[in-house]
Amino acid sequence: MRKSVKVLFIVFVMLFLYMPILMLALYSFTTATNIGALRGFSMHNYVTLFTTPELVSMIFGTLTLAIGASLIATVLGTIGAIGSFYSKKGMASAINTMNQVPVVNADVVTGFSICILLVVVLGVSKDTYIPLVIGHVTLCAPFVYLSVIPKLKQMDSSIYEAALDLGATPFTALVKIVLPQILSGILSGFALAITLSLDDYFIATYTKPATFDTISTYVVNATKGGQTTIKTALWALSTVIFVLVLLIVLFMNYQANKKSEGTETV
Amino acid sequence: MHKISFSRKALGIPYVIFLMLFVVAPLFVLIYYAFTNGSGQPTLQNLTGFFSDPNTLGTLFYSFGIAMTTTLVCLLLAYPTAYILATSKLKGQSVIIMLFIMPMWINFSLRITALKEILTWIEGNLAYYPFLNAVIGMTYDFLPFMILPIYTTISKLDGALLEAARDLGADELTAFLKVTLPLSVPGIISGVSMVFLPAMTNYVVLDMLYNSTYIMGSLIGSYFAAYNWHGGSMIALILLAIICLFTLLTRGAEDENPRGGALL
Repeated sequence: MRKSVKVLFIVFVMLFLYMPILMLALYSFTTATNIGALRGFSMHNYVTLFTTPELVSMIFGTLTLAIGASLIATVLGTIGAIGSFYSKKGMASAINTMNQVPVVNADVVTGFSICILLVVVLGVSKDTYIPLVIGHVTLCAPFVYLSVIPKLKQMDSSIYEAALDLGATPFTALVKIVLPQILSGILSGFALAITLSLDDYFIATYTKPATFDTISTYVVNATKGGQTTIKTALWALSTVIFVLVLLIVLFMNYQANKKSEGTETV
Repeated sequence: MHKISFSRKALGIPYVIFLMLFVVAPLFVLIYYAFTNGSGQPTLQNLTGFFSDPNTLGTLFYSFGIAMTTTLVCLLLAYPTAYILATSKLKGQSVIIMLFIMPMWINFSLRITALKEILTWIEGNLAYYPFLNAVIGMTYDFLPFMILPIYTTISKLDGALLEAARDLGADELTAFLKVTLPLSVPGIISGVSMVFLPAMTNYVVLDMLYNSTYIMGSLIGSYFAAYNWHGGSMIALILLAIICLFTLLTRGAEDENPRGGALL
């Protein structure tokens, strides 16, 4: 393949992925209510976004849910991974198999089945937020588990034994020796849990209280309605999230580069 | 010593209980509801009803149509992208691949909103091309999930194999067809499994793009809205059967699940 063809192809795919987001970002700074004719510059969408109580509480609720569910999922997934790692083969593979179910399953099915169990069979009210939180933990914990297991496998187990020989209790050894070695897996599992929870629509729809909205459920409902002020305020939200994600990615990339350069010079 | 190993294993217990309660138990509840009717009597009506109603069968075929087209389009866009990026020796390669993965982390409903505005602007009225728009929407949503695993697989390929192929007289195309392509199959399978199933079930993409035709996911949504747990459970079971079939067919061939993305 010629180099110019390659570059053209990459640019084309890049445009496909980014043109909608960037166009929306451009129009979010105008008074326009549709993409097409550019009107005057205005920050009103951003003012609406951060001053409309409904929007603010929706964003706040989404973040609270994501952080709360991810923390629970991270604790559960991590201790699950440690337990599974030290279990006999049969037990470990049973945990692996169960863990795999929410990973490969369609979110619609996961959400629907949790709703049936908790709400229909056990009669738990959705207004307690219990089904919603359990649903999100079920979505996220398996991915934490999957990101911790490889770190446990890479771990040097002789250090743990040495700590015990030197008189540490198993618990101290676990906290001081095992946890630091798997910390990067736990952190990436947590970050992953946050992104999964933030992106989820289906589990929230089937388990959330009627008065509560996440960004996804809110946006989907808002696109069905005809309220243009809300619609264009969501353009601003999209832009804010895009910029935040971009900054995080660039920062992570910068960190990774710094690290790899460091190891090269050593 | 016995006591020590026991305490570490015991850490798994809360998670096992959690998985039993909220992963395994819901599956049994689904099976129970799928094979009973409103008054709790066992019945096959939900199953036979699905396979004898032209509407629901049509939904199944339409879902397959959307999912297969989306998967194919994603593959045609993702493979060359991943190949070009993995084989180029650009300096900012890690930044560029990050840019292709990044949309994964932007809320999908906001991205589809953006796409909808653009498509409305281009097409005038979204109602003219419902199938095309659904495929564009799904492709837009899932493309990063196809690019990442293929990229990972190709960049892990042993360069010595390609050199050997060239030394033995293969031209670039032959080397690609006989070495790179077969060895990137695990990445392709991971990508396909990440795209196909969501494309059968993510009915919100269709809803948001004003495509009112049902796919399998929409059936669950409509049964849910009508409080018909039995009908919904049967659809969920049928989807689970499709997932199981897919997992069995691709077992061992795929790379690790790429939903974890570049974070893992």
